[in-house]
Amino acid sequence: MTSIPTELRYTKTHEWVKIEGDIATVGITDFAQKELSDIVYVEITALGKKVQQNDPVGFIEAVKATSDIYAPLSGEVLEANVNIHKAEGDAPGVINRDPYGAGWLCRIRIASSEEINSLLDHNAYAELVKRSEHH
Amino acid sequence: MSPEKSLFELSRPGRRAWSLPELDVPELSLDDYLGDYLREDNSLPEVSESDLIRHFVRLSILNHHVDKGFYPLGSCTMKYNPKINEQTARLPGFTQLHPMEKETLTQGALQLMFELGEYLKEITGFDAITLQPAAGAQGELTGILMVRKFFEKKGENRTVVLVPDSAHGTNPASVTLSGFQSVQIKSTPDGLIDLNELQRACSDCVACLMVTNPNTLGLFESEIKTICEIMHRYGALVYLDGANLNAYLGIHRPGDAGFDLMHINLHKTFSTPHGGGGPGSGPVAVKKHLEPFLPSPVVKFSDGKYWLDYNRPDSIGRMLAFHGQFTILVRAYTYIRMLGANGSKEVAECAVLNANYIRKQLEGIYDLPYTRRPLHEVVFSGTNLKQFGVKTLDIAKRLLDYGIHAPTVYFPLIVPEALMIEPTETESLESIETFINAMKEIASDARTNPNNLLNAPLTTPVRRLDEARASRQLDVNFNG
Repeated sequence: MTSIPTELRYTKTHEWVKIEGDIATVGITDFAQKELSDIVYVEITALGKKVQQNDPVGFIEAVKATSDIYAPLSGEVLEANVNIHKAEGDAPGVINRDPYGAGWLCRIRIASSEEINSLLDHNAYAELVKRSEHH
Repeated sequence: MSPEKSLFELSRPGRRAWSLPELDVPELSLDDYLGDYLREDNSLPEVSESDLIRHFVRLSILNHHVDKGFYPLGSCTMKYNPKINEQTARLPGFTQLHPMEKETLTQGALQLMFELGEYLKEITGFDAITLQPAAGAQGELTGILMVRKFFEKKGENRTVVLVPDSAHGTNPASVTLSGFQSVQIKSTPDGLIDLNELQRACSDCVACLMVTNPNTLGLFESEIKTICEIMHRYGALVYLDGANLNAYLGIHRPGDAGFDLMHINLHKTFSTPHGGGGPGSGPVAVKKHLEPFLPSPVVKFSDGKYWLDYNRPDSIGRMLAFHGQFTILVRAYTYIRMLGANGSKEVAECAVLNANYIRKQLEGIYDLPYTRRPLHEVVFSGTNLKQFGVKTLDIAKRLLDYGIHAPTVYFPLIVPEALMIEPTETESLESIETFINAMKEIASDARTNPNNLLNAPLTTPVRRLDEARASRQLDVNFNG
């Protein structure tokens, strides 16, 4: 079954967001990693830049296809997860194994806390996944 | 272990596959000409003629290719390449010609390029052409750079190129590489360009719309005239990705529909080798208003002579050394001359018929997310087999066991678990039936014997590869 933790917020483009103060940690959901299949490369191209909500912050390359990662919230991209960038071993595979933990992608300093209301809660995201699965 | 050793492993000192005749001109020292550039140890393989021939024959047996079997790779138009193309391309008058030879001594080659250009213009409905680009994606880049130059010349600052989500993946890449911002246009549930979305995205910042028609679902944009009119109202240009020209060859001329420019894939529609079999060729045809920006030089004909026009101040410059992939142009020219106008039309008719026959036969066995009648290719989805733990990748791998190349999978991105099938016109009914039966057997195996799929391929020289590991631990060096 697809895991959707209740304490996180979600986007329609299958990112998850963990909000702690004015910092948002961003990753892709369990559903997204399963759809993408084996992830082989990740790049956070917007590291150190200010982004608007829904702007691409980087991309994720899987065996099947390459997809953009979108900013769930506006703000400055402070940090990218170095453990998934390492060139040796199967580093990006961490996203497949632990999408909500060690496989996080980047951290954003939230510019506008009002935007948080536009994110989906776990129930709304579960609905979205259900619809996608029956596509 | 590799099923075939490389030539470097087969190498033994002193073996030769070719002996040169006795020297009949004075010998010159390479040191005098190359100096420091001369490498002492080149480590080139040394093999006998029989070693060499056997090596390549064995590789061709291990490989899958269009001379060996069906190759329904959607979007790639892997049609059979007639062998007469190879005969003309090997004529010594062409192969022994140097590209820097004087025009007076290359009239035949220039005439061929000129006439090929005229044929392609007539087929597509455009006014001028370059044969230079080396492939479809380079054709796109050439086209979009011309679009940029067109607006620069007009003094208009346009920054955006619109690309529908049903376009080829290279389109947004070409847009980005040309310095534009690529903005995606969503398709309707029918799989066509959404005219309302398009209108909303239009502004005087938009330089161009890049259309793949028929799109990657094989669907013809029935509103294409209106689409071109909308773009022209905003002063924008419309680019056609001509990769799918096989669907309407000799039937529809994109220039008449209102397109400003397009690229043509000679290696798809005009039967020149590709897919590891040869270099590509992506001529770009344009309307009059874009002619000044064509890459230099352009082949011209006047006063009974063919010549190369280098005096083109507004040209975007060169896209490739010399004159493009010349012997590929010879092959495409031969193909067009062999088919003639009626033959070209039959190509499209049979390509469309074959794709739709497959669609009808496999409907209900695989999901068909877009139900409009396609042209030359059909996109199924393997979603209905997911419940048995089988993915589209497994279906594709299993087809290899039937001696059939897998279709394009997981593309277009708007179809989950996509299987994109393009049979082309060169397959017989028997070969298409063989494919259909294989697809039916695979679907039934997915229910009763999924391991056959999950472990496939079972009979190929190399079994299933660990693609994720190959990408994560990329190693492309030969270490002896």
